[in-house]
Amino acid sequence: MKMIILKVFLFMMILEPLPADVWNNPHDSEKIATQTLFSAFSMPPKRLDPVVSYNANEWAIIGQIYEPPLQYNYLKRPYALEALTLKEMPALTYYDLEGRLVDENDAHIAFSEYRLRLREDVKYQDHPAFVKDANGTLFYGKLSEEALENIQTLDDFEKQATRHLTASDYAYAIKRMAVRQNHSPILDNMAEYIVGLKAFSQNITKIAEEKKRTKEVLDLRAYNIAGVKVLSDHTLSIRIKGKYPQFIYWLSMYFFSPIPWEADLFYQQKGMKGKNLTWNWSPVGTGAYYLVKNDPSREMVLKANPNFHDERYPSLNEEERNSSNIPRELLSDAGKKLPFIKEVIYTLEKESIPLWNKFLQGYYDASGISSEAFDQAVQISASGTMDLSSEMSQKGIVLKGSVQPSIFYMAFNMEDPVVGGYSESAKKLRQAISIAQNQEEYISIFMNERGIAAQGPIAPGIFGHLDGEKGTDKVVYEWKSGKRVRKSIEVAKRLLAEAGYPEGISMKTGKQLKLHYDATATGPDDRALMDWRRKQFAKLGIQLVIRSTDYNRFQDKVRKAKVQIFSWGWNADYPDPENFLFLLYGGNAVVNTNGAGINSSNYQNPEFDKLFDEIKIMSNSPQRQEKIQKMLTLVREDAPWVWGFHPKSLALTHLWFKNVFPNAMANNTLKYKRIDAKLRVEKQKEWNQPVLLPLVLFVLLLVLSGYFLHKLYLNRQKAVIKQER
Amino acid sequence: MIMLTLLWTDIMVWILIFALIAWGWVISRSPQVKKQWHTIFKSSIAMASATVLLFYLFFTLLDSVHLRLAKTSPGQNTEQQYSEMLSLLDIIFSHNIKNTERTYSAPFATHEYVKSIVIDENGLTTQKHLPLKYVSKDDDLLSKSIVALAVGFVLSLFLILIHLFWRKGRGAFVAMKKVLKGEADLPWRTAYLTLTFLVMTFTWLYILSYSYHVLGTDKVGGDVLYHSLKSIRTGVLIGILTTLIMLPVAVILGVSAGLFGGWVDDVIQYLYTTLSSIPGVLLIAAGVLVMQVTMDNNPTWFETTLERSDLRLLFLIVILGVTSWTGLARLLRAETLKISQIEFVTAAKAFGVGKWTIIRRHIIPNLMHIILISVVLDFSGLVLAEAVLSYVGVGVDPTMHSWGNMINQARLEMAREPMVWWSLFSAFIFMFILVLAANLFSDRIQKVLDPRNDT
Amino acid sequence: MFAYILKRILYAIPILIGVNLITFMLFFMVNTPDDMARAQLGAKQVTPQMIEAWKADKGYDKALFLNKEAKGLEKVTDTLFVQESMKLFSFDFGYSDANRNIGAEIKERMGPSLAIALPTFMIALITNISLALLLVLFRGSALDTSMMIVAVMIMSVSGLFYIIAGQVLFSKMWHWVPISGYEPGWGGIKFIILPILIGVFAGIGSGVRWYRSIFLEQINQDYVRTARAKGLSELKVLFVHVLRNGMLPILTGVVVVIPTLFMGSLIMESFFGIPGLGSYTIDAINSQDFAIVKAMVFLGSVLYIIGLILTDISYTLFDPRVKL
Repeated sequence: MKMIILKVFLFMMILEPLPADVWNNPHDSEKIATQTLFSAFSMPPKRLDPVVSYNANEWAIIGQIYEPPLQYNYLKRPYALEALTLKEMPALTYYDLEGRLVDENDAHIAFSEYRLRLREDVKYQDHPAFVKDANGTLFYGKLSEEALENIQTLDDFEKQATRHLTASDYAYAIKRMAVRQNHSPILDNMAEYIVGLKAFSQNITKIAEEKKRTKEVLDLRAYNIAGVKVLSDHTLSIRIKGKYPQFIYWLSMYFFSPIPWEADLFYQQKGMKGKNLTWNWSPVGTGAYYLVKNDPSREMVLKANPNFHDERYPSLNEEERNSSNIPRELLSDAGKKLPFIKEVIYTLEKESIPLWNKFLQGYYDASGISSEAFDQAVQISASGTMDLSSEMSQKGIVLKGSVQPSIFYMAFNMEDPVVGGYSESAKKLRQAISIAQNQEEYISIFMNERGIAAQGPIAPGIFGHLDGEKGTDKVVYEWKSGKRVRKSIEVAKRLLAEAGYPEGISMKTGKQLKLHYDATATGPDDRALMDWRRKQFAKLGIQLVIRSTDYNRFQDKVRKAKVQIFSWGWNADYPDPENFLFLLYGGNAVVNTNGAGINSSNYQNPEFDKLFDEIKIMSNSPQRQEKIQKMLTLVREDAPWVWGFHPKSLALTHLWFKNVFPNAMANNTLKYKRIDAKLRVEKQKEWNQPVLLPLVLFVLLLVLSGYFLHKLYLNRQKAVIKQER
Repeated sequence: MIMLTLLWTDIMVWILIFALIAWGWVISRSPQVKKQWHTIFKSSIAMASATVLLFYLFFTLLDSVHLRLAKTSPGQNTEQQYSEMLSLLDIIFSHNIKNTERTYSAPFATHEYVKSIVIDENGLTTQKHLPLKYVSKDDDLLSKSIVALAVGFVLSLFLILIHLFWRKGRGAFVAMKKVLKGEADLPWRTAYLTLTFLVMTFTWLYILSYSYHVLGTDKVGGDVLYHSLKSIRTGVLIGILTTLIMLPVAVILGVSAGLFGGWVDDVIQYLYTTLSSIPGVLLIAAGVLVMQVTMDNNPTWFETTLERSDLRLLFLIVILGVTSWTGLARLLRAETLKISQIEFVTAAKAFGVGKWTIIRRHIIPNLMHIILISVVLDFSGLVLAEAVLSYVGVGVDPTMHSWGNMINQARLEMAREPMVWWSLFSAFIFMFILVLAANLFSDRIQKVLDPRNDT
Repeated sequence: MFAYILKRILYAIPILIGVNLITFMLFFMVNTPDDMARAQLGAKQVTPQMIEAWKADKGYDKALFLNKEAKGLEKVTDTLFVQESMKLFSFDFGYSDANRNIGAEIKERMGPSLAIALPTFMIALITNISLALLLVLFRGSALDTSMMIVAVMIMSVSGLFYIIAGQVLFSKMWHWVPISGYEPGWGGIKFIILPILIGVFAGIGSGVRWYRSIFLEQINQDYVRTARAKGLSELKVLFVHVLRNGMLPILTGVVVVIPTLFMGSLIMESFFGIPGLGSYTIDAINSQDFAIVKAMVFLGSVLYIIGLILTDISYTLFDPRVKL
């Protein structure tokens, strides 16, 4: 007995002073010392096929792998496009109906044509699909089922090869988009613009159906879209109907990533799908990284692409640096060859709690801030800016924040007999409700101040958004001594009375006004949220009935216009006001488009629609600004939405994670980032020393109770023997 | 003016209570059953747990009477306005409903738990803990506690005396002496002690809840004590109403399978084997999803959020009932088979006694102990299941007060630094005491009633 | 014996058809194929054409139970229900909505599920039996009574509390193990140790009580008395006679659980981020992926039925009195 206690003490003595290896490291301990980034994903990306993928979590992965023609400059603000696989920005020319070249401001513009000149040094990642035999036919083009027997992953193919990027790969991607069976989310939208796409789509969809029935492969090289022409190996032209300046932004999205025909044929072979070898799971791109492992149940691994073309860290001149407000240390790598990080390991973390704890322990290099963790992480400094709490800054954690080009709003269904309509009383009812929704309180309670109360649909950082008095919604706010102040609840009550509901009681029926709010409330936090929402309406004496469903059904209701009040959000596709204002365009109303439209509040105002048609094709100018302001005044008055807020995204990074600069538009940002691996190893050791005392106490307890039990047993044995005798 | 408006579950609870009372009256006429119950309560643990269970039941019932109070109407020509539905418990705790703070505060705290941004008159912003709005400003915790405990003591004494008079009439004081010495026929002393303890704790919490948030406040400043007490109803209802739904199904199907045999037996066996072979959570999840759709398609079924969540609770109870009858039915079938082989039953059959008479006279009485044991055993399991189901997202309505919802939210709170522990703690304590009492009580019942447990 | 097993297996088929019918009805009542299409396409603008294309792609454009357009027997067979059920019976689970091969996925995820469930089961069995023997050894003493009350207390706490407390203490405060995660092979021990410990602890209450009652039944049997009268030490009596004779009820009670171990634990896996079948199921419920839920229900039922058959077999093997 004594010996054991002595040993335990010796054990303690040995262990305590040594900076032992940590026990709780969830990663490969060797990789921590290398240029490996540890990151997490909360939902396995469902589709990595650029033709369908449209989610942020999917783009976070394929952004590193695929390269559309253009990209957003990593550092420049306001957001600016630059060439990625092109030699320069696309050349734009205009034509009239007869095909004559015309001027930009000509009234007869019928088509615009984008000419893309590709770089010649861009190569794909190594992939078995590119392997060709001596005759130039595909080596793995006709695999039998036996040959596939032993294949589980792409690494099981003996040979791999690469090839240069050509213009026809981009054309191929647009053709794939046209095939309805590929479920492209932007096909119907693009068919409105790209010349010949609609007809081509109808045609190719039928062909694809036919081929599926006869079990033949579909080789899209044999078919061509009228408006998409491959002029040479490295030149492509795309013809657009009329004028659509926003098209250039689409060229930076992954729907326009190059698709090599070899890989398309490769993945169409029989038996590939059963091995999960499809576009959805094994992307083939020219980007800085390629996907090595895709296990949606646990982890995804990216590795640096050895064939990646020469790209350098962007450098800015002093003037650009100042206007974009960029700290100098972000430019210390300027001109160096990308990428820096050699490997990225994404681990599945479905819950925010373990993610946050692991970040604090140093096992993730960056993290968002959930609202639970917020007041642990962030303090508001005297000047009103957000700063890290002392606990975090002592750890060397760095805070990065930016306002998202998004809006979360509460919409009224304008087709609803009570809250909808354009009569003066309906307008006043909506305005009263708008004033009563205390967004500032909402942001404070549920968002931890990580948001800005919206004054209209357009998010900050987008052309058309104004700060200060000019950008204030005068229906809901007052401008008092240089500050925006929400109008008092008395004003709202007066408006409500004028609308015919004094104290929330309908003058017509004598009953309390009861409104229905549709929500998708299933999470643990939602109860508080719903309570809050009810309170806001109760301030006016209105009773709010909340109908919560799952997101699916909620969407369905909205699309059938079966809602009264609901909350929704919008995340901009590109930094242009058109991408926000079209949410309120009458032509996009759900009721006008059989549920397909994006204007879910069914707002229709002819004046607004006319202005929208005008600003849509204008380039950014004071005239455009003026027209947009007119539109904003209209919607503020009509109040089809309670404007809600624009979320601010805050991210925390550890000291060893370099070159991190939030960019809400760009997705391919991994290649710019760098890691100081030595510092990481040191800090992880420092923060994660196991606490041994409880363990020692536990062992001691075990030993002691064993001892007592033994004693007890001996006594009992004696007693039993006595009894038996 | 007061308008009594009962929710669906209220009605069911009261039906159940009256059924229980009726049942109690019936068994009190059978000396054999009466003796059995007497044996059950001989154990002081059983007595104490029964007292605790009654205490919980009391809160459930308080929370199962819903009223609408009249409002002063704004105009002459408008009809009488009523407030939203309130239960008796809500009325007792109306000060807690009204006095919501802004956000988290610890038990008995005077300031908020987290710092907020304050802009002072100089326009500087700082972070500090804001004072709570609805707490006592002077430091009188001790004096108030003493008063509260005294009130609690007097109250419980009063309750005990009433009980004694009701039982013994004039002989109450003699009985009192006996009880105090522990010489009474049943361990009443334990029961009274438990009662005194419960009543005193509760009055202490209640009286102090006027000047403090005794168990802290949650994210939006709601009082945690109030939440926990409101959750009692949800937990108890799921525990008892589910069995109410499941019992008739299980008894009818189990008995008829055992008694009639043949194809009836085959069909019923097929039914319960099929149902029980589907993993429970999946079946419940699917059921809950169906329910949600049905409710969405029929928004006219309910007028307020309260009615909506009540209906959802009702459906959840029905779904749990439908999925949980199989075990009991299997037991009942086996037992019925056994009983119908016994000589006097076969003899009765031979004499041409009707099947219903056989069921009523011979079978049901002999199945009573199995039914009773499974009811009390299921109770605690169901209370615990509610929490898990809420975690999976197929539990009660998220707007409903329930321990499951509290735990679910607490998970996020435990990740904070410093931890917000009181929600989890309150849910833990309230739930633990209920389930512990139920488990101990069911243990005792099993020991007494189960013929196999003679040891 | 073999005839019996065959009979039981044949009897399982109508049950599985019933299971399929129930899941099928429940799910298509909730989720029309249109809903599924919308959830899966998930884009900002979903047009009706896209939905039609998706349904055709998945084969969800067929009639549910009765195809009025087909002829003869095809009226019944060329329907969604029959087609899908037939595939299940050949253990072809098809593709999930994310276009992954479900069969391959299930095979992959069984490992992690078993890595948690099997050790939990074994360790729990050993701990519970030894603790129960200990209590039987000291039966009637204050130790026994107090431990029984402790056991009831352990039973009365929701499993969620154990998990939350375990994570806070062992991972967050003491840095003993990673908070969550998984890794195949021996390197993964650090991840599974905490869920296993919590699983064992949460089951101790009910387990010990059950085993104790089994052993107590044995201890008053005649052969035990005889053994004791022979002067065997109490420990020997317990381990040789009581344990051996108690093994039969324990075995037959435990066998039914073994196949369902494959299904994993829903709660444990999702709390600890273990990529097993339990978390697979929860994710499928949350994302309403019908194909996966159907596959899991089917698998669960099959395993349950296997468990029942195994129980019957173990009765015959170990108890000579039972004859089939």
